Amino acid sequence: MGRVVAVPSQASQRLRVRVRGAVQGVGFRPFVYGLATRMDLSGFVRNDASGVLLEAQGGDVQRFLERLSRDAPPLARIDAIEVEELPLGEDFGFLILESVAGKSQTRITPDAAVCRSCLDELFDPASRFYLYPFVTCTHCGPRYALSRRLPYDRAQTSMAPFAMCPECARDYRDPRNRRFHAEPIACPTCGPRLSHAPKEIAAALISGLIVAVKGVGGFHLMCDARNAGAVEELRRRKQRDAKPFAVMVANPASVGKAARAAPQELDLLQSVTRPIVLMESAGALPRAVAPGLGRIGVMLPYTPLHHLIFHEAAGAPKDQAWRDSPQELILVATSANLGGDPLVKDNDEAQAQLASIADLIVTHDREIVTRVDDSVLSLVGGAPAFLRRARGFAPEPIELASDGPCVIAAGAHLKATLTVTRGREAFVSQHIGDLSGAATTRFYRETAAKLLDLLDVAPEYVACDLHPDYYSTRWAEGQGAPLIRVQHHCAHLAGVLAEHRIEGPALGLALDGHGFGDAGQSWGGELMRFEGATWRRLGGLSPLPAPGGDHAAREPWRMGVGALAKLGRLDAAERLFAGEPRAIEMKGLIEKGYAPPVTSSMGRLFDAAAALLGFSSGQRYEAQAAMEMEALAAVPCAMEGGFEMTEVELDFGPLLAALADRKFTPQEGSELFHGTIVEGCAAFILRAAEAQRLDIVALGGGCLMNRILAEGLTRRLQAAGLRVLLARRLPPNDGGISFGQAVVARSFVQSRTAEELALCV
Amino acid sequence: LSHGSGGRAMAQLINDIFHAAFDNDWLRSNNDQASLDALPGRLVMTTDGYVVSPLFFPGGDIGSLSVHGTINDIAMGGATPKYLSASFIIEEGFPFADLERIAQSMGEASRAAGVPIVTGDTKVVERGKADGVFISTAGVGVLPEEISLSSDKARPGDAVLVSGSMGDHGVAIMSRRENLQFDVEILSDSAPLHGLVADMIAAAGGSLRVMRDPTRGGLAAALNEIALQSDVGFAIEEALIPVKPQVAAACEFLGLDPLYVANEGKLVAICEAQAAETLLAAMRAHPLGKNASMIGHVVEDENNFVEMKTGFGGGRIVDWLSGEQLPRIC
Ligand SMILES: [Fe+3]
Ligand SMILES: [Mg+2]
Ligand SMILES: [Zn+2]
Ligand SMILES: [Zn+2]
Repeated sequence: MGRVVAVPSQASQRLRVRVRGAVQGVGFRPFVYGLATRMDLSGFVRNDASGVLLEAQGGDVQRFLERLSRDAPPLARIDAIEVEELPLGEDFGFLILESVAGKSQTRITPDAAVCRSCLDELFDPASRFYLYPFVTCTHCGPRYALSRRLPYDRAQTSMAPFAMCPECARDYRDPRNRRFHAEPIACPTCGPRLSHAPKEIAAALISGLIVAVKGVGGFHLMCDARNAGAVEELRRRKQRDAKPFAVMVANPASVGKAARAAPQELDLLQSVTRPIVLMESAGALPRAVAPGLGRIGVMLPYTPLHHLIFHEAAGAPKDQAWRDSPQELILVATSANLGGDPLVKDNDEAQAQLASIADLIVTHDREIVTRVDDSVLSLVGGAPAFLRRARGFAPEPIELASDGPCVIAAGAHLKATLTVTRGREAFVSQHIGDLSGAATTRFYRETAAKLLDLLDVAPEYVACDLHPDYYSTRWAEGQGAPLIRVQHHCAHLAGVLAEHRIEGPALGLALDGHGFGDAGQSWGGELMRFEGATWRRLGGLSPLPAPGGDHAAREPWRMGVGALAKLGRLDAAERLFAGEPRAIEMKGLIEKGYAPPVTSSMGRLFDAAAALLGFSSGQRYEAQAAMEMEALAAVPCAMEGGFEMTEVELDFGPLLAALADRKFTPQEGSELFHGTIVEGCAAFILRAAEAQRLDIVALGGGCLMNRILAEGLTRRLQAAGLRVLLARRLPPNDGGISFGQAVVARSFVQSRTAEELALCV
Repeated sequence: LSHGSGGRAMAQLINDIFHAAFDNDWLRSNNDQASLDALPGRLVMTTDGYVVSPLFFPGGDIGSLSVHGTINDIAMGGATPKYLSASFIIEEGFPFADLERIAQSMGEASRAAGVPIVTGDTKVVERGKADGVFISTAGVGVLPEEISLSSDKARPGDAVLVSGSMGDHGVAIMSRRENLQFDVEILSDSAPLHGLVADMIAAAGGSLRVMRDPTRGGLAAALNEIALQSDVGFAIEEALIPVKPQVAAACEFLGLDPLYVANEGKLVAICEAQAAETLLAAMRAHPLGKNASMIGHVVEDENNFVEMKTGFGGGRIVDWLSGEQLPRIC
């Protein structure tokens, strides 16, 4: 919500009102016009470089002001309303004036789901938009994905090739019309066309075929989620043998067929951003949809085409009742990409790359300019938390506590994002992905250029990770601006603190996979103290041997052997890893004196526990074993004496030793592990909180995507009187790293002298 | 071995060891320099220092390595190596027996390669000032007129060939250093490549553009360097890169990528595409190139990426590492 600044105490005669935020290209001027004319006010409204400026007089201007922020159009984001009193003036009614400096200079709003009014027209046989898959208005539709540059204007979007027909042009110019200045306005006469009829698409899906469907920010691969054969075939063709698929259901009334949604989860599903929401699976779909997991990602249709497919599947009824009643069809809807490559977005890319996966490739002739994946959220501690932030959220800024220089931050390596700061705002890019692949690095460079272009800034500083071999670090080194290298976990935690606009002093605990420590160590379970621009590591998890570096993250048996080595119980390796000859071989090497590298990572501690408990010996996707353990742990319970700690080290050795005895079922073991981890981390934090006299703690890092950990730790620490901060506007994993880097770089710059800064290279 | 006291006798003793091992007329004449007949054509010269731990490893030792390494540096320019020099920094207390063994191995390597060590020097330093023994070798060779190889000459479309399996030397060193024992012992590939190079030049000399021995940093470092210097990119295919199964297994086990592991008897060659088959046949006909393979080609790429097609269809960037292979999965 915006902040109202300096509202005059008594009803004035004429007000000048400046509205800041995302208020252009979202129907704000017609909204003001409508409001003013209904309330018999005179004056004017117009866009300018800083947002919307209006003057109004003649009626109850105070009520007008209240409604201005309360009833603003759905896509508007008001940051501030500033009001000034003026002497009465002469008006000719209430006017919408031409923009002072062209059109929207300020922001492009994120992509929004098709709105209810447009859907009413989509399924109204009397509407000129009846069954038209590109129906949109100022309150809905793709924006970021279509825009080439600012200002946000049809000519600068991929709608440019489509000349408006007279009817669309009329709507576009009419301030009373919902499509007044709706840049992507289109109709069957003048707009984009689909390659296949929705009827044909629905029929293909229902008959068990795999269909690639062009959406807002890229293609989906879809199939009938109820059809185990189709889902397994999709896995086979996509060479994705275990990673969970998300599903799309027709409407909120149909969610129950896939998941047991809490009311808050249903609200989140229906928000204008239409994210994928992870929720408890109803267990009704074939196992192949999300093997081994108790939770399933669900989303609602967000393009007119999605709705048209469900409409056809419902038998193409003429009336609208089907829209609110439960529908049978459930679709798998997964990002169309190959291996680690980015989401496919162009028609020719789709033909080249998806022909071997999809039986039918549905395209249209409106170009997707910017690739944007679906966003993924889940409720953590009763509030939404990101697993992936993209469509619907990027490029919406995060407000910072203070102004500062323009920084571009390069992010991490595997879940890369970029962040650009401008004034008090930090613009975090959409999820980009794994920078090991050449295609993803191209997407990464394009995104950097696009962000800078949209924001019209030149970075004064560049920030990156300490890791010398992240692609993002290499990229940052080549930017030619002073470079500030930020420790990985410092970035994780500083980002969480900055989201909550806390400058410290505060504690932070990073529970993470791997990050390059301040002297090259492998870190991932670090307790830190933050104060302004400085941080200090107070302690961390007791390091475990991690034989095989990155391989240890893929093959939990490695961490299992590492844990046994640490416990001095290598003799148990034969018993515990009978099916894994390499584990026995590794045991032999360590006995002969081989000393593997060590890591203080919480992620690897999870892997060690999973291995000792007998979970799968190879992970087919990141953190699979940890996710399966979480899925099994119903009632976490702490083990008496399961951890030992000193000021500087937290050691779960006793817990690992107990798991190595294998006296527990996997479920009991998972519950004991989760419970003890929560108890140990809480005790470690509380001890430091007392010693440091601090009562705020930020929790960050990829392991916080584990809800038992995030919620358990929060509850435990809150009960002890601490204020606990979790990542809310960004994912706790490496998707949030660029934001943290930007924040740390800015406070570093602001705390140094010019001479000190000259040393940054 | 002792340092300082008894200097003269000691120096004589050491000299004797090397003279006996290298034995040739230049050394026998006992001057501070070797006088050589002027060579026709252009001369190439190179020098390199050798520090390796352990000094003795499966398939070689620091002595043979210091001969092969310098010969190969000359050969990579397309030149024929003619003479070597050697200089030794020896730590006080280093066993005579080991020194003798190193000298013997160097002598054998130089005789087998037909490239004599014509001059040398030894210094003994205090204990702790060196790690056993360090060797510096320099070499001179002659370069035929028509040959002009250089790392900035790769052009889009050119073929990329390697002479054999990747990673053998580094894994052999590592397994000895970490005391690892595998089912099949992995030997260093340390070998002189000038014979192979001569055959390659005879078969396709004018079409050759770049040759490089992928030593430290392995194939990945060699290709990245060439990409940068020639301002091109590479498209290579994982399945075409020869790696011995036991080397692949050892690397997988230790969490290493064989493309980053050092070689001491392999080369990467870049040649015009139409000469690739001829060149490959010539390489395969030589014992040191019998497992040669064409692994991809040069492409235009402003990012100078070495992009590798893997089994999963994706294009992975084989990038330049700053040092050891660090984990990146978070
Ligand atoms: Fe991380
Ligand atoms: Mg060299
Ligand atoms: Zn709409
Ligand atoms: Zn139209």
